Amino acid sequence: MTGLEVVVRLVYLAAAVCFVLGLHLMRSPVTARRGNLLSAAGMIAAIVATLALIAAGGPASEGGFTVTGWGWATLVSGLVFGSLAGLVSARRVQMTAMPQLVSIFNAVGGGAAAIVGTIDFMRLLNQGTVTAGFSVPVVLDVIIGSVTFSGSLIAAGKLQGWVSGAPITFRGSRALNVASAVVALGGAVWLVATPNVWLLVAVVVAAFAFGILMVLPIGGADMPVVISLLNAFTGLAVAMAGFVIGNQGLIIAGALVGASGTILTKLMADAMNRSVIAIMIGGFGTGDSAGEVVAGVAGADVRRMDADDVAIQLAYATKVIIVPGYGLAAAQAQRECGELGALLSERGITVLYAIHPVAGRMPGHMNVLLAEADVPYTQLLEMDEVNPEFATCDVALVVGANDVTNPAARRPGNAISGMPILDVDQARSVIVIKRSLGHGYAGLDNELYSEPQTGMLFADAKKGLRAILAAVKTLVG
Amino acid sequence: MTSEMLSNLGLFVLAVLVGFEVISKIPATLHTPMMSGANAIHGVVVVGAVIVAGLADNPFAYVLTFVAAAFAAMNVVGGYVVTDRMLGMFKAHPSRPVPAADPVPAADPASVSSAGGAR
Repeated sequence: MTGLEVVVRLVYLAAAVCFVLGLHLMRSPVTARRGNLLSAAGMIAAIVATLALIAAGGPASEGGFTVTGWGWATLVSGLVFGSLAGLVSARRVQMTAMPQLVSIFNAVGGGAAAIVGTIDFMRLLNQGTVTAGFSVPVVLDVIIGSVTFSGSLIAAGKLQGWVSGAPITFRGSRALNVASAVVALGGAVWLVATPNVWLLVAVVVAAFAFGILMVLPIGGADMPVVISLLNAFTGLAVAMAGFVIGNQGLIIAGALVGASGTILTKLMADAMNRSVIAIMIGGFGTGDSAGEVVAGVAGADVRRMDADDVAIQLAYATKVIIVPGYGLAAAQAQRECGELGALLSERGITVLYAIHPVAGRMPGHMNVLLAEADVPYTQLLEMDEVNPEFATCDVALVVGANDVTNPAARRPGNAISGMPILDVDQARSVIVIKRSLGHGYAGLDNELYSEPQTGMLFADAKKGLRAILAAVKTLVG
Repeated sequence: MTSEMLSNLGLFVLAVLVGFEVISKIPATLHTPMMSGANAIHGVVVVGAVIVAGLADNPFAYVLTFVAAAFAAMNVVGGYVVTDRMLGMFKAHPSRPVPAADPVPAADPASVSSAGGAR
C-alpha cells in the first residue's frame, strides 16, 4: 500500500465519521442544517481524495491507475453534467414535489451503483480473474440497483401524475412479475457459477422489468412506504458496489442509508397498520379518491357550517389544533393554513398542528410543507405527542385529512381497524373542511363527521381557508 | 471468501447497527430532510464512479463511466442542496407575523456547489 493509498483510506474513514455525525445532528431542527453541511464536507473530502488517487497513477499490479484521456473526458463531463442537473432540480423543485425528487435521486443512485458494479465485472472478466466470491456482490449490486432504478422512476411518475396513481394491473401481470424475479435470481446463480456477459445482460433486463412490475400495482397513497423501501434498496446497492470495488467508504455509507430506509419503511407501514408485504403486493387504493358523491350513512345527519361560524369559533377559542392531511397539499393550501395559524397565534390562542405519520406523500412531508409556509416547528406535533392535547382543546380544525381521523379504527371488523389515528373526536368542537363527504382511500364513511360536536364546511381546502381567514380578520378587526 | 471481504462484511453489519441507532433518534418532523440527506450520502457512489473511470480502457466502459458519473453527481449535489434548502425553512419562530410571498427561499449553495466543483 502506497502512502497516498493510506491517506485516502483515512480520508474515507473521516468521511464516514462525518456522515454518522451529520445524521446524528439531525435529531434536532436546531443542529440539523449543520449536520447536513458536515456530511457534505465529508463527501467533498472523499471525492477529492479519490480524484487525487487516480490522478497519481501507478502500476496496475499494485492497485494503481492509468487514466486515459477518454477516461478523464468522460468522467469530468459526466460529473459536470450530473452536478448541474442535480443543482438545478434541487433549487427549482416545489416542496410538494419533494417525493418525486427523492425518488429520482434514488433512481440515479441505484443506477450508478449498478453501473459501477457492471464496469468492474467486465474488466475482471476480460482479464479472466472473476471468482465466485467477487461475482456474488456483483449480482446483488446489479439486481438491487436495477430494480431501484426502474422502480423509482415508476414511483416518481406516479407521484408526478405521468403514470396513473391508481394500482395498475393487467391480465398475467402478477405471473410476469414472478417470472421476472425468477429469471433475475436464476440468472444470478448461473452467473456466479459461469461468469458471462450475456447472463449479466439478462439479469439486468429481468431486474428492470421486476422493478417496473413491482411498483405499477401499488396505489398512490402507499407511496410513502414505497419511497422508503426504494431508499433502503439504493443504500444496499451502494454498499454492494462497495464490496465489488473493495471500497469501505461506499460500504459504510450504503449501510447507513439502508438502515434509515428500513426504519422509515417500518414506521410508515405501522402508521397505515399494514404489512410491507401487503403493500408491495399492492392493488389497494389510489389515495386521491375524493368522490363528489354526498352519500352514505353519514350523509343524512351532518351539521353544515359556513366560514363565519367557523371564524367565530376559532377567534374565541383558547386552544386550537389544526389537523392537516394530504388534501391540504393537493389544494396547495399550506400558505393559507400557515397564515390562519399565525393570525390565531397573534391573538394569544395556542395553536398546534397534529401531524399523522402518513399525512404527506413521504415520511415527514407535511412538516416540510408547513415549515415552508412559515409555521414554527415548535407547533408541529407528532401523533403520540398531540393525542393527549385533543381533550383540552376547544376546536380541532381538520383540513384535507380523512381516514387518519376516523374513530372506526378503534373498533375491529373494518378496513382501518387498528390503524393508529389522531384522537380528533376528543376535542370539544370539531370543524372539518372538505369538498364533499367522499371517502378516503380506505373507502369508509368517516364516523367523525356525524358526531354531534362536528361541523362541516364544504369547500376546497384553499378556498375554505381563505374564506375563514377573511372572516376572522373582519371579526377581530 | 477472502479475508478482505470478511472484514468488509463485518464493517457493513456494524454500520447498519450504527445507522439504526442514529436514525431511530431523529424526530418525525425531520424525516423528509433526513431521507434526502441520507439520499445525498448514498451519492458517495460517485467515488466508485471515479475509481472505475480510473481503470476504463474501452469505449463501452467510457460510455458507462459517463452515465455513472452523471447519475452519481446528480444524486450527491442535488441531495445536499435540497436538504439544505429544506432545513433552512425550519424555524422556531415565524420570521414575520404574516409572511410575504417568497415562494422559493434561496438555498445556500456556497458549500454544496463546491461539491460539484470538486473534480
